[in-house]
Amino acid sequence: MKSAPFDYLRVDSVEEAAQVLAAEGGDARIIAGGQSLMPMLAMRLATPALLVDIMHVEALRRIDDDGKVLRIGAGVRQRTLEHHAGLAERHPLLAKALPWVGHSQTRARGTVCGSIAHADPSAELALVLMACGGTVHLRAGRKKRSVAAADFFTGMMATAKAENEMIEAVSYPVAAPGHSYAYREIARRHGDYAIVGCAATARPDGTTSLAVAGVADQPMVRDLPPPDDSGFFDALNQFAWDLNARDDLHATGRYRRDMVRRLGRQTIEEAVRCRD
Amino acid sequence: MSVAAPSDGKWVGQSLPRVEDAALLTGRGRYIDDLPVAPGTLHAAILRSPHGHATIEAIDVARALALPGVAAVITGDDVKRYGSSMVVGVKAPLDCWPIAIDKVRYFGEPVAVVVAESRYIAEDALDRIDVRYVPLPAVIDPVAALEEDAPVLHERLGRNLVSERAFRYGDPEAAFAAAPHRIAIDVRYPRNACTPIETYGVIAEYDPGLDGYDVTANFQGPFSIHAVMARALKVPGNRLRLRTPPDSGGSFGVKQGIFPYVVLVAIAARVAGRPVKWIEDRLEHLMGSVTATNRAVTLAAAVEADGRITALDWDQVEDTGAHLRAPEPATLYRMHGNMTGAYAIRNVAIRNRVVLTNKMPTGLNRGFGGPQVYFALERLVHRIATTLKLDPLDVIRRNLIPAEAFPYRTATGALYDSGNYQEAIAAAVQDGGLADLIARRDAARAEGRIYGIGYTAAVEPSVSNMGYITAVLTPEERTKAGPKNGAQASATISLDAVGSVSVHVSSTPQGQGHRTVLAQVVADAFGLTPADVRVVTEVDTSRDAWSIASGNYSSRFAPAVAGAARIAAERLRAKLAAIAAKQLDADLEDIRFDKGRVHAGDPERSLAFGRIASTSHWAPGELPQGIEHAIRETAFWTPPELTAPDAQDNVNSSLCHGFIFDFCGVEIDRETAAVRIDKYVTMHDCGRILHPGMVAGQVTGGFAHAVGAALLEETAYAPDGSLESGTLADYLIPTVMETPEPLILHYESPSPFTPLGAKGVGEGNCMSTPACIANAVADALGIEDVTLPIRSSVLAEHLHGPEPEPLRPPRVAPPAPATKAGERVLTGEGEAVVVAPRQQVWNMLLDPDVLMSIIPGAHGVEKVSETKFTADVTLGVGPVKSRYSADIELSDLDEPNGVTLTGGTQGALGFGKGSGRITLTETEKGGTRIGYTYQAAIGGKVASIGGRLLDGAARVVIGQFFEALARKAGGGSGRLHVPGFVKRLLAMIGIAR
Amino acid sequence: MPRLSADRRHPVTLNLNGRTVRGEAEPRMSLTDFLRHEIGATGTHVGCEHGVCGACTVLIDGQTARACLALAVQVDGSDVKTVEGLEEEPGRLGVIQEAFREHHGLQCGFCTPGFLMTLDALFRERPDADEDLIRETLSGHLCRCTGYAPIVRAALAARDWLRDGETDHA
Repeated sequence: MKSAPFDYLRVDSVEEAAQVLAAEGGDARIIAGGQSLMPMLAMRLATPALLVDIMHVEALRRIDDDGKVLRIGAGVRQRTLEHHAGLAERHPLLAKALPWVGHSQTRARGTVCGSIAHADPSAELALVLMACGGTVHLRAGRKKRSVAAADFFTGMMATAKAENEMIEAVSYPVAAPGHSYAYREIARRHGDYAIVGCAATARPDGTTSLAVAGVADQPMVRDLPPPDDSGFFDALNQFAWDLNARDDLHATGRYRRDMVRRLGRQTIEEAVRCRD
Repeated sequence: MSVAAPSDGKWVGQSLPRVEDAALLTGRGRYIDDLPVAPGTLHAAILRSPHGHATIEAIDVARALALPGVAAVITGDDVKRYGSSMVVGVKAPLDCWPIAIDKVRYFGEPVAVVVAESRYIAEDALDRIDVRYVPLPAVIDPVAALEEDAPVLHERLGRNLVSERAFRYGDPEAAFAAAPHRIAIDVRYPRNACTPIETYGVIAEYDPGLDGYDVTANFQGPFSIHAVMARALKVPGNRLRLRTPPDSGGSFGVKQGIFPYVVLVAIAARVAGRPVKWIEDRLEHLMGSVTATNRAVTLAAAVEADGRITALDWDQVEDTGAHLRAPEPATLYRMHGNMTGAYAIRNVAIRNRVVLTNKMPTGLNRGFGGPQVYFALERLVHRIATTLKLDPLDVIRRNLIPAEAFPYRTATGALYDSGNYQEAIAAAVQDGGLADLIARRDAARAEGRIYGIGYTAAVEPSVSNMGYITAVLTPEERTKAGPKNGAQASATISLDAVGSVSVHVSSTPQGQGHRTVLAQVVADAFGLTPADVRVVTEVDTSRDAWSIASGNYSSRFAPAVAGAARIAAERLRAKLAAIAAKQLDADLEDIRFDKGRVHAGDPERSLAFGRIASTSHWAPGELPQGIEHAIRETAFWTPPELTAPDAQDNVNSSLCHGFIFDFCGVEIDRETAAVRIDKYVTMHDCGRILHPGMVAGQVTGGFAHAVGAALLEETAYAPDGSLESGTLADYLIPTVMETPEPLILHYESPSPFTPLGAKGVGEGNCMSTPACIANAVADALGIEDVTLPIRSSVLAEHLHGPEPEPLRPPRVAPPAPATKAGERVLTGEGEAVVVAPRQQVWNMLLDPDVLMSIIPGAHGVEKVSETKFTADVTLGVGPVKSRYSADIELSDLDEPNGVTLTGGTQGALGFGKGSGRITLTETEKGGTRIGYTYQAAIGGKVASIGGRLLDGAARVVIGQFFEALARKAGGGSGRLHVPGFVKRLLAMIGIAR
Repeated sequence: MPRLSADRRHPVTLNLNGRTVRGEAEPRMSLTDFLRHEIGATGTHVGCEHGVCGACTVLIDGQTARACLALAVQVDGSDVKTVEGLEEEPGRLGVIQEAFREHHGLQCGFCTPGFLMTLDALFRERPDADEDLIRETLSGHLCRCTGYAPIVRAALAARDWLRDGETDHA
């Protein structure tokens, strides 16, 4: 279980990384924490010609809070964000979801943007980005663009990022006044890929939204009426069905729909309780 | 010669810190991958079958051999030249090779071995071996494998049934006729494996001068397998030197299954002319080591109104996978003497069938046959209780073997050594707090929570009779083959020139702390401290005392090996006592060994132990008459009770029989159906306890394996033979979060048959716990059948009832489930709308140039004929990218309305085949609506390691195709809505599932 | 740093357990292979090579990491601590090691170095870690021998010894 051969380049600046990637395109891949990429290399599922290591770029290691969003650079490890001062107030949903990301040993190395780039359908960080309407900042050479999370995740491990682009940062909008949040997930074992992950938002006007991971090919979010509204269950049930759940080794599609309905409701109710 | 008994129990019975630990805790263990190797040693990697069942048309190794650093590539032809088929334990025309010969029969079966300067280069070369397979239908279900039209794995055998035997004890027919109730259960025990954290490793060298092999492997025994390996290598036993490393990273039976790889790597070393090292990686382990057998069992009981069982009728279908590897079908027969468990049932009928399926071959795993038997038997006892509305514990109690009946001969021939099951249960009920647990259940239920209690009673056999496996033969066949029996254990104790003590055993510990316990046993005999005794457990078959029964299995260490060490020590002590008596001028019977000195009743008048113990080296002339030497003593011990199966098929399958009584409380979450073990109590009678800490470790360790088997672990195969649990993200081993701590209780009834009174203890919970948890789940939910591993998604359906329908049809209909046996078929349908007119779309679909531009990553689409295309494509989803070759054939052309595409693809990451029907209709706006249905089958590497992601990955690739098509066809209407098509094209163009 | 080509071995320097060690690695070589087969530090074990079992856990710049999920070239210039660096002095077990021995927190010992490294990092950061946090943190490790209960007991004992500053625990 050894990787196929590849070149390795440790870059010192974002510009250098973006330039190399723009020049090499699909044959090169960014390696940051490597927690998703390394197993794929070892299993030879991925066989890039070049790995571009961005973890020594100082500029990418920043977490910036401009009052509206937390902008997290591509070199920020999950653990760093987990321990970021004031995270529970600035972004309670991230704070609640982060302990569910892998294990402490992988969070210590894995990056936030790496998880977003990998776009695993069960990934908590992608789910939260969808739930709070975040943005992904891409760069190809000198050309920069920002893509809304809803447009960024396009399918199973598929994103709007072009092969010559790299993620420079992601932005998580901070908690809005009067909003409250909850996060729950279920897996067969602690730390496994979520069978269903639920991120709920309760707004001051009583409406709610639920974002779900692990069911559709990408995290999906839907606005729902207040949980005490007579239409709530039908709306939630419809959401569960629309996610096109599949059977796999660990759970049936039916169970996934069940969990969207049941765990989803619990998560929303918890968010509402936090608001009240 | 009469000598006072050693000061018993001074060290034995204490939980001393282990002598093994200092090295293991500081990174100084010496596992196989840590050992130094000879200069020039090469590294092996193994190419494995991506198919569950296929014939091999050709293997082209030229490109692999051309890679710099590659020394040799070994295929079935080489193995046939230098080896012979491995011995099979039944009389049947059946080969068993360590590598595929002409066909592959399970996913992961070795097909070629590359030997290169590094493992990295060897794996590079694997990618350059081209194998042409013709896939065959697979059969993975043991009952389906018995059907007339089932795919046959071994043509020479002509069927999949390799052995069938029927047994009858007492008068089961009469008992069933007389009983008021016949209560039966159908259960399936799933495939799982104990999965040690260290994988297999082999270092092998061939000496042409000797025509012999020198192999180091983390093999765990039994060493009967040494004979199998030597024969497969076509050398006499004395030309196969087999050594084991000082440390091994766990085995639980599994490292018995390394032996085909010993043969394979040894032959690779011979072909390469250099030493070869192979360390199995985890993916290889999960696809190609061994698992326990899965078994389909129908078990019926004749039952009295009060729950007493008067007869059992067993029908067992054992699935040993694609080959019958030694010592199989031992899993089926290991329990033969114990088919009545802890119960006094005198009438038994047994029908045993062994079948082959397209799955990994099976072998030793902790519990070995016990989990399969007790899951049926103890689920049945629970069923009897619910059927007759009795308390399950009462049913257990009413059927127990009476305490005064020991030693007790079971109906099927085992001689149970000792026990008092009634008292053990009473103690467990008392000390384990059963009354409180029942109150807890009642309180939980009163609150509307879902809570259940389960019970099991089980007899845990240990120290296997090497003859039990011959029960698979008829008495006539056995007579012809000669009797097999016994359980030889050996130990050697040596005294060196300063009188320090060394112990050598062939027990091949896998982490159980044998060195510590042996030091305790021997220290007690010599009046020394355990620190004074050096114990060596690595085995060298060319130097050490061993027998076919050597090794680490059937929990034989404490009852057998420790006993042999005690016997050797006693013999040596007797000689030393005689020497001391002479030197001290004392009476022999007064000699005492104490605190490192030897004296005759007066510690003041004593000699150092080392002085006495070194006498044979320095002053053999001073030895008393009749003592030749006291330098080295080897004891072999085998219990006389372990006789060969007799003409009536009475089988005393094991020497010792521990007793286990478990009960547990589980709670099931009403919303998520998650199962939580609230309390688990396990009572063990393992005879005399030599080291309480290690016994506790064996019980908690076995319990954790059982929790995994009950709730998480399954070696899962798709109907086409693809492995679905190919990584540790899909083969789910419990973590600390899923493993509660059991309350362990003990009841000691020493075995009269073993030198130290000990019995085995390490396997019992693997036998009792899955059934106990299942019984508790059945009690909680009031359900009859519980399938292992217990999945929340299955319980949830029971819990939540009919599913609420959606108000509107969901945006995408779920695909129809796969149905056809032997194939994993994915089906789906969907549609896409493009702006281009219908004829134009039709033309595009048939134009290689257009296809080239729209098939993602196509390097070349060639039109072979009007209706045949080939393509070379690179497909990628995220970082997963690989190259595939594809053949596509068009049929049922109905221009411009519809066309059927059929095709197949093959690449390093997987293969697929499928067909789909595309229909084109005009839209009102002059565009085209493309409708499609497809069915596809996908397998190979990606299917086994990325199963969770494949559906969606397929959709991504097909999505790329349609986006490109839409762009080419003048732009689609917004985002294309094509979740399913993927699969069809995907299957066609390559990526998997 | 220049681009390191795939087909060559490149110098890699680590500060391993407080000492500078040098070796060579192809870009694709994992940190586990580098430690074990280049440096000869075989105390770090390989259980799965895909980041699940935790046996190969080491500390990189003070933080836990699966060594199988790191490349040697990525770690060039870093501080790496392995099980070989846990002894207080040669022949004298560290506190966590001693607790494992006393509480039978190991059997075959193959997964043990990973558990030890995670606990070493945990107790440095959270000397007050409670049982829940200990379990949660250890859930990134698989052990097949012990059933975990003795490991948790050893971890709790080690925490108490460390917190109470007992050095004469043995």
